[in-house]
Formats: sequence, structure tokens, C-alpha cells
Amino acid sequence: MRESKKLKKFGSLLVASSLLAGVLAGCGNGDDSSSGGGSSSGGGSSDGDTIKIGANLELSGNVASYGSSIGLGAELAVKEINDAGGIDGKKIELIKVDNKSENSEATSAAIKLATQDKVVAMLAPATSGNTVATVQIANDNKIPIVTGSGTAPNITVNEDGSVNEYAFRTCFIDPFQGIVAANFASGELDAKNVAIFADNASDYAKGLAKSFKETITKSGGKVVKEEAYVAKDTDFRTQLTNIKAANPDFIFIPGYYEEVGLIVKQAREMGIDVPLMGADGWDSPTLIELAGADALNNTFITNHYSAEDPDQKIQDFVKAFKAANGDKAPDAFNALGYDTIYYIADAIKRAGSTDGEAIKNELAATKDLSLVTGTFSVDENHNPIKTATVLEFKDGKQVFNSKVNP
Amino acid sequence: MKKSKVFWGYAVIALVIYAVVQLLITTEVIDLYYKNMLITMCINIMLAVSLHIVIGVTGQFSIGHAGFLAVGAYVSAIITTKLMLPFPLAILLGAAAAAVAGLIVGIPTLRLKGDYLAIATLGFAEIIRIIFLNTDYVGGAAGMQVKYLSNWTYAFFGVVLTILVISNFTNSRHGRACISIREDEIAADAMGINTTYYKVVAFAIGSFFAGLAGAIFAHNFYIIQPTTFGFLKSFDILIYVVLGGLGSLSGSVIAAIFLTVVSTYLANFPETRMIIYSLVLIIVMLYRPTGLMGTKEITQLFKFGKKGGTK
Amino acid sequence: MEWIQQLVNGISLGSIYALIALGYTMVYGIIKLINFAHGDVFMIGSFIGFYAIAKWELGFFPALLLAMLVCAIFGVLIERIAYKRLRNATRIAALITAIGVSLLIEYTTIFFRGAQPAAYPEVFKNKSLDIFGVQISSTSILILSVAVVLMILLQFIVHKTKIGKAMRAVSHDADAARLMGINVDNTISATFAIGSALAGAAGVIFGVYYTKIDPLMGVIPGVKAFIAAVLGGIGIIPGAMVGGMLLGVVESLVSALGFSLWRDAAAFVILILILIFRPSGIFGKNAREKV
Repeated sequence: MRESKKLKKFGSLLVASSLLAGVLAGCGNGDDSSSGGGSSSGGGSSDGDTIKIGANLELSGNVASYGSSIGLGAELAVKEINDAGGIDGKKIELIKVDNKSENSEATSAAIKLATQDKVVAMLAPATSGNTVATVQIANDNKIPIVTGSGTAPNITVNEDGSVNEYAFRTCFIDPFQGIVAANFASGELDAKNVAIFADNASDYAKGLAKSFKETITKSGGKVVKEEAYVAKDTDFRTQLTNIKAANPDFIFIPGYYEEVGLIVKQAREMGIDVPLMGADGWDSPTLIELAGADALNNTFITNHYSAEDPDQKIQDFVKAFKAANGDKAPDAFNALGYDTIYYIADAIKRAGSTDGEAIKNELAATKDLSLVTGTFSVDENHNPIKTATVLEFKDGKQVFNSKVNP
Repeated sequence: MKKSKVFWGYAVIALVIYAVVQLLITTEVIDLYYKNMLITMCINIMLAVSLHIVIGVTGQFSIGHAGFLAVGAYVSAIITTKLMLPFPLAILLGAAAAAVAGLIVGIPTLRLKGDYLAIATLGFAEIIRIIFLNTDYVGGAAGMQVKYLSNWTYAFFGVVLTILVISNFTNSRHGRACISIREDEIAADAMGINTTYYKVVAFAIGSFFAGLAGAIFAHNFYIIQPTTFGFLKSFDILIYVVLGGLGSLSGSVIAAIFLTVVSTYLANFPETRMIIYSLVLIIVMLYRPTGLMGTKEITQLFKFGKKGGTK
Repeated sequence: MEWIQQLVNGISLGSIYALIALGYTMVYGIIKLINFAHGDVFMIGSFIGFYAIAKWELGFFPALLLAMLVCAIFGVLIERIAYKRLRNATRIAALITAIGVSLLIEYTTIFFRGAQPAAYPEVFKNKSLDIFGVQISSTSILILSVAVVLMILLQFIVHKTKIGKAMRAVSHDADAARLMGINVDNTISATFAIGSALAGAAGVIFGVYYTKIDPLMGVIPGVKAFIAAVLGGIGIIPGAMVGGMLLGVVESLVSALGFSLWRDAAAFVILILILIFRPSGIFGKNAREKV
């Protein structure tokens, strides 16, 4: 009796669960067929009067500030393009999806954009890991993705050297900025004993630190101290105390402005007055607010562009961005998000169609495209070749120092 | 005799559902989007049920379940991508490794009670995550790229196996011992039940199936990174169990399905997604503090014969 | 000398943990609820202070008082709206509600102002004082003194005032307290008000000391403070202070030894060791179990 009761209970649970799954699958199926039926008018965005571009972004979760910054830049670009008449008369529709800063959600969001919204191209997530989670979806569905700030080399190139056909980016790859910074440190600043203070929770910072270390060691410099922190930390005084004790004449701090602002401030408070250097992750007006203009003197970054650059294109962007965002100056994420949309739009225009393969080919064939974050051509690994600018902070302003070609 | 016929009835229905969905997938009536949603749902069900045995059945307040998910995910990923061994073996070893981790965590911590146990399990889960974060072999912060190997078959039979083992365990002598611990640990002790033993066993079984879910999780989403397995992930799993009703297996299954659908649907409202999600959570808890199902099972609400009517 | 400096760093950090942990521990002591939204009250306090200083140009102390006041009201509102109904429900249901409230506060804040961080304006000209070769920033001394004053004030309230007496009575036995004519509901609200005010103060202090604030800033200090509270023995006020300080010092020392990446792990290892050998925390009394 008892035995069978047990069986019954188990069995019923099994059915309950599978039934529910079945019901959902069923309604999913119904949904799908109905949208399939109705989509002959709107679904094929290729023949409609709008061009759908998906944006798979970190709008909640622990890197929400990066994803939403990319989103703000992208929205501005879409608005500008639409106000100027769209792409060949078709307006762009930006479909934003939140991936909660999680890999699994990024994959799901990419699938949703590809199969439900039927976008023609996607703005990939702001962080490398989340972008990697969507690359395969792009390849399988033949929908190109472009990441604004995913800097890890393995987004576009696999470990075995094969190129991911549908993955692109508008930012530098990690090794490049590390090399530029190392050369600048040993060449211009004559640094001999350097320290590295990297964000261990970020593959971006670790990638930069690695190539910086390799390059500086080759050119005769010595790494006297390596310290690390973890994103969202707020107190860096202990590690800085250790760095100070090693007495370096230059400190490389790859990371994002949220932490770097505090590091610079705390370092200066502790009497560390050697040159500090970072990369495009530093570029944000918030950095200056966090660190204070004085503390930022004698610090350098490698970047795509300078917001202070008198170039018309850049100044127009800065002005438009401020007008749209309550007088807030743009950061690197805003600029890259903005450019990513222009990069995609340019490729769609040249392709003359919204076919994924055609767009992909045009993205790969882009030459001398002039954008806010620099003029670039795309290399065979789907990475943009563009000039890095070294900027120096002087009294809270970014001052142009030198340009480095790849 | 009659009852075992009922069991086979359920088994056949489960198989039919599997076959129908599989057929719909093969004929592409269910597209990638719904397939991915179904697999996500299966993973969440496995996680919910595997935590249900710890919290719902044994009454041990664990809020570090994501740690075992991480162990299963990483170990299985190492086996397929680094050692190039087949996926079924990776699932098995991933789950086994998670069970071992469960024993290591469970033996010292399960002597603690209530909130102290909760914070200790949370601590262990964070320690597991930090170990992966600082291990370069598995990619550190950048994470590990994993081959896509999961499919509906693995996910569905993962769920079937999880529910089969855990519901059978619950209805066995061991399960009743665990329930007695949940109801009154001191009384259970006085009755001669080895409470520590049963708590550790339940914990290890729960970890095993969390690891199983982790293996499928890792091979479904292309990349795993330590950030995925933070304490917010543990809270997500905890929410399934509590929302479904503590002590109700079908409740945790239903809650996992319900919240997966809610979360997927809310992706259409990126700006307000988390606000709506948290409001749903608060309102359900305020108006049904015992969870959707209380301690009841769905089978107690509907007789088998009327099953068709439950839709 | 370097070690003393690291110790000072640790104590500054620890005093912030301690202030947040106090709120946790008081609420836990009285209604046995792990109030996960507490970290977000801390965040709200920080933003109130930020707007008060940056936009309405108040000084540090008015801003601190304003943040404490607003947070106290906010804490009572949360308690009245979300937790009061659940007083007789299972504790885990209340916990899930607390997680829900926490997410709601975080993402409502993001909805209205975005997820980008804000920088606290400089309220004090920061000077480094050189005491026997140890560099101590004047801000950290100020912060430490504010924290200590608040803790002494709290001890005074809990032990010398009528409401404090009521709080202790309710946390000891709510039913008996009710029979003795104590208004339990009001006492619980008062506890929330005081705990939230302390979190608000911690928020302003945090902003002044660390400069960067953002809508998700409460999550990690919230969890850390919870650890600190458990470390000291949850429900025990001096325990939260000692637990917070201890946690801050341990974190600093582990970083100083060059294991900064294992810092959080070390905090948890110590927590687990303490729990295993002293299951009710450093100051906890081993309550006898009743059958």
C-alpha cells in the first residue's frame, strides 16, 4: 500500500512538472505560429520601413553602469540617424534587452533578439564575457554583432586562430593598449621601476596588465610590485601602502574609472606622487569628480580620442550628448556606444540590404571610417585598426600628449 | 497492483511529453527562443528541487546553493573542454564533485542552526567562487569558454532524474527522518534519529543535483565566469523554493517555471524589469506568505483522473 | 610603522561596517529578521547626504542629520508596509520579502537616476597627519569619532531611556512585554528608525570617506555588515561593533600581507571558524534549547 502511494506521488509530480512544461511549450508554439502568420507584414524587418537593431546590454546587475552608458550613446546615434532621414529612408528601431550582467541572460537575450525581434544586427554587451556568450548565437543565426567595449581578443578570434565570422568590435583589443602604455612609460617617462595595480575581477584589466608587463620587461624596465584589487572595492589604501613601500617610479593602473578615481585619490593622499597611467577605462567625467583635479595631475591614459579635441565631429558629439543628457559630458562608453551604431549603420547602408551576410561582409570591409573615437579600418581579425591617443590630465582637463599608430 | 499502474501511467505521460516537445523541436515548430527557454526552465527546476530537499524537506537554511552550481559547472567544463571527454561523463563527474563539495561544506556547517547556518553556507559559496576567480587554469575573471553540448533531452531527463530521486527520498524512511528534523530537531534527536547524518545526506544529495544542473548550465551558455555564481544567484534559487511553498516539491517546480517565464517576459521591459520582478516577489510574499502551494503538493489538489482539467 | 598604518586603515573601514551592522543586529534582535534591505537604506542615506551637500549646499553635520532623519522615516515605512504583515509568517518568507524590498529600492533608484556612480563633493580639506611616522588622514579620524559618538549615543538610548528599556524587553520576550503594557508595534518601529538612522549616517560617512556612491553600493557593505553582526553574535549590540571593527582589521591585514584577492575569502573563513568553535558568535550566549 505504502509502496504504491509513493509511486503515485512520484508519478504525479513528474506529470505535474512535465505537463506544465508542455503547456508552456504549447503556448510558446502557439505564439510562434501566430507571430509567424502576422509577421509577413512586419516581421521581415528587411522589407518593412524600419531597420531593427538589437541592443543586448547590462542594464541591471553589477556592471549596469557600463551597459547603460553604452545604451545612452547608442540611443543618441539612433536619434541622429533617424532625424537625418534614416538609412536610405528607413528608420532605425533600437530594441534594448537587459541581460542582468549575466552570461546566461546575455545568451538568452541574443536568442530573443535574433528569433523573436528578428533584428538585422546587434549591439553586443559591454563586457567581454557577456559578449562571448552571444558570439555563437550570432554565427548560427547569421546576425552580425558589434561590441562597443568588449576588448578580449577571443571575441573575434577563437583559440585555434579561426575568426568568428559575425563578431566585430569598435574598441581596441586588450594587448594593444598595454603595449602603447608600456612604450610610453619607458620611452617618454623614462620609467625603470614600475608597479602594476590591476582589477583582478576584470579580464580587461588583466589583459592590459599582462601585455604591459611583457612589453616593459622587454624594454629593460623592472616590475617591482604587482598588486590587485577586485571591482567594487572602495578601500585601496592597504595595497597602495605596499606599492609605496616598493618605491616605484611609475604605476600602471588598468581598470575602470569607478575604482581608478578612488585609487588615484587615495594614492595622492598617501603621498604617492609618481606618474600614474591607465587606459580608456579611465575616460569619464566621473573620474575627475572622484579623484579631484589636483590628484589627477601627472596621470596619463591611452584613449581612442579626446573629448577636448577641437575636431568638429567630436565637438558636435559632445554638444549633442550634453543636450540629450542634462549637461553630462560623455565618457568612453557613451562614445563607443554611439560609434558602434554609426559603424553598423554605415555597413547596412553600403550593403544596400538588411541581409545578415551582406552586412557582415561590409562590416569586415570597412575602410577609413571616420567616427568620434577615431578613423579606422577593419583588419582580417575583425578588429579596428585605429590610432591610440595618449592624453595627460592637467587640472582636470585632458590634454593631448601624443598619437601612437598601431 | 493498481497503484503501480498509476506510476506507469505517469511515466508514460512524461515520456509522451518529452517526445512531443522533442518532435516539435526537430520539426522547428518550437524555435531556438522557446527551446532555450525550456532548457533554462529545466535548469531552474533542477536547482529549485535540489534546494528543496535541503530547505523544504530537512529544514536547513542554506543560502549558498550557487556554490554547488559553480562546482558542477566548472568541473564538467574542465572535463569536456580541457580533457576532451564525453559530455555524459562530464555531467556525472560534475554532479559528483558538487556532492563532494556538499559533504565538505556540510559536515562542519550543519551543526549550526538557523541564521548562523545560513551565513556559513553563504560564506562557503563565496569562498568557492573566489577560488575559481583566482585559479588561472579555469580562466580566472575572464572565465572559461565551454562547448555547446546540452539539449532538450539532457535537460528534460535531468529534471526527471532529479524529481524521481528527491521525491523517492522524501517518501522513504530517510526522508521521513529528514522531515522530523525540520519539524523538531530536538524531538527527532530524542527519538534516536541521527540528525547530523541525515542533514549531511540531504545536503549532499541537494548539492549533487545542483552540480547536475551546473553541468547542463555550463554547456548551454557558451561561457562561465565566476561572477555568474555570486550570492544573488543563490538568492534566485532560494526564491524559487520559498515562493513555491516550503516543503512542497511541486510548488518549487511551479515557482521555477513561473519565475522563468516572468523573467523572460520582462526582458521586453528592460528599464522596469527588476522593479516589476521585485514587486511580484513582495506582493506574493505579503499575500501568500506560505508560498504559492503552501506545503501541499499539486497531487493533493487534483486527482489523477482529473489531470487533464488542470490546464 | 607600516603595520600601524594598515591597522588604522582597517579600523576606519571597520567603523563603517560596525555602523551598518548595528542596524542589522538591532532589527534581528527584536524581530529575528535578516533585513537584507538594510544595505539599501545605507545607500539611500548616502544619496540624501550627497544631494544635501552638492545640491542644497548644506554642511557635513546638517547633511548627516538630514540623512539620518530621512532614513529613520524610510526604515519605519519599510517596516510598516512590508514587514509588519509578516510578523507571524515564517522567517524565511520575511527574508524573501526583504530581498524583494532590497531589489525594489536599488532598481527604483536606478530607474530615476541611472546606474552611474556619483562623486561626493569634498567637505573637508583632507590633511594627512603625521603621528610618529604614521600617516593618518584627518577624514579618517573624523569618521572614527563620528562613529564612536553615534555608538555611545546608541548605548545610552538602549540602556538609559524608556524606549531602550522597551526595546530590550520586546527583544527578550515580545509577549511578556505586551502583557506588561509595552506597545510592541511602536517599539519595533522605533528599532527600525534607530537602526536605519545609523545606516543613513554610515552612508554619509562612507560617501565622505570613499567619495564614490552608486545605487548598488549597499549590496556588498550590507553583506559584510551582516557577517560582522554574526561574527559578534547577532542581536548583541556591542557584538556588532566589535565584529565590524574586527572584520575591517582582518580585511586590511590580509591585503597588507599581499593576499588582497583572497581578502573576502579570508573574512568568510574566519567567520566560519568562529561559528564552528563559538556557534553563537564572539559575544553570543549559548542559549539553552527548549523542547
